[in-house]
Formats: sequence, C-alpha cells, structure tokens
Amino acid sequence: MEALLFWSLAVVAVGAGIAVFRVDSMARATYALALSFVAVGLALLLLDLAYLGVVTVLMMVMEMAIMAVFMIMFMMNPAGLMPMSMVHNRRGALALSVGVFLSLAAVALLTPWPERRGTVPEDPTRAVGTGVMETKMLVMIGVGAVLFTTIVAALVLSASRSRYDVRGGRR
Amino acid sequence: MTPDLFLLLAAALFAVGLYGALSQQSVVMIMMGLELMINGVIVAAASFWYFVAPAQPDGQVLVLVVISAMTVEMAMGFAVVTLLFRAKDADTTDMAAELRR
Repeated sequence: MEALLFWSLAVVAVGAGIAVFRVDSMARATYALALSFVAVGLALLLLDLAYLGVVTVLMMVMEMAIMAVFMIMFMMNPAGLMPMSMVHNRRGALALSVGVFLSLAAVALLTPWPERRGTVPEDPTRAVGTGVMETKMLVMIGVGAVLFTTIVAALVLSASRSRYDVRGGRR
Repeated sequence: MTPDLFLLLAAALFAVGLYGALSQQSVVMIMMGLELMINGVIVAAASFWYFVAPAQPDGQVLVLVVISAMTVEMAMGFAVVTLLFRAKDADTTDMAAELRR
C-alpha cells in the first residue's frame, strides 16, 4: 500500500514538474509546479515527517499563489491562448539534465548506504523542535538573520527608485 | 520503501529542474526550475534522515535549512526581476546581458 502511494506521488511530482516546462500558459505552469510540490510534501509524510511535510505543502501553495501574480505581471501570454516557447539551447540542456539524472541515479543505486542507526523517534516533530532549540540553536539563529536580511534586501532592490537614487527619479 | 527509491525521485526532480533552469529564457521560469532542483534536495535530505540516522534531528534540521534557502531564492529572484523590469523592461535573461560587453 505504502509502495503504491509512493509510486503514485513520485509519478505526480515528476510528471507535474515536466509539465511546468511543457504547457503554454504561465498560470498553468505555476499550478503544475504547485502540484509537484504538494506531491513531494505528501511523500515526506510517508517518511514520518508530519511537520516538515505539512510545512512544505503550506509554504509551496502560498509561494505558488504569489508566483502566479508575478507570472501574469511579467509574462506575455498568461492565458495560454497561443503556443509559447521561450527556450534557448534546448538540446544541450536536455542532454545535460539527462546525463545528470543518470549519474545521480547510478550513485543512488550503486552506493552501499550505511545501515540505519537508531530508530525513528516517537514524535519526529518534537525531535526537530528540541533540536533547533538546543543542539542546533545556531542554525535557528542563522536562518533568522538570513531571512531578515532577505526581507530588507528584497525591498531595497524592488522598491521604485527613491531619494537615494543618484540619478534622481526614473530613467 | 528503500532509500534508493526516494533518491531516484530526488534525482528525477533535480534533473527536470536543471533542464528548466538551463533551457528557459524567462527569469520567472528559470526560478521555477531552481525551485524544482531544491525540491529534489529536500526529498534526498529527508530520506537520508529517515533511512540512515533517524535518531538525531540533523537530517530534519537540514530540510528546514533547505526550505529556508528556497524562500530566500524566491524572494531575491523576484526582487531582481522587478528591478530589471523597472530599469530596462527586461524579463528574459537574454535581454539582460550588459556584463558581456
């Protein structure tokens, strides 16, 4: 049963990922990506990662909702009424990505992964919570600082030119 | 379920994302490719935690870090696209090639 669930989630995740670059509409591409992310989040639930799986799903759904807005703002043909192809070096990209997949798959299948040490804790969510609050506190502090920096940097970059603009006003 | 299966899924997601990041011209689509690649990394990290060392929280914390990296990538990517678009009306990578000159 679990294997069947995993395979169907895996097929949805990869299939929707491929669809992102095949569909003609930006909005559809965004929803395909969201679907792929949701499938990955559900696959994490198979690994007993209740918290991280749900966080992944929630974050991605929100992220894609925002992305859809940007998509429609920046892209021509958001509705997908005409064929859309904006690619360069398709053959090279395809060859490279197939090569990367084959080598990663070979590593995954041929490496003798170590034996499992220990067992899954009673409550993995509690384990990660105490982890980031005790032994991995530095990670938490670092991530907090980075996220705050990101907020400031993103605003500075994307805000319309302000009084700090040397040239004065829009060009 | 074995780690091999999950790592194969991770490899497939990573490769699809790589294809998108390399072949697309629109900056927004390139970012979608990057997101797919990071998604593959999330799957791989989670499966290592589960199948190799589930007793320690290290693997889970790594997944948290990767998710944060994904948000940062998204926010900064859109900020840069917005800046480019404001300054030059550029929304594809080929339109923003000043550094080549």
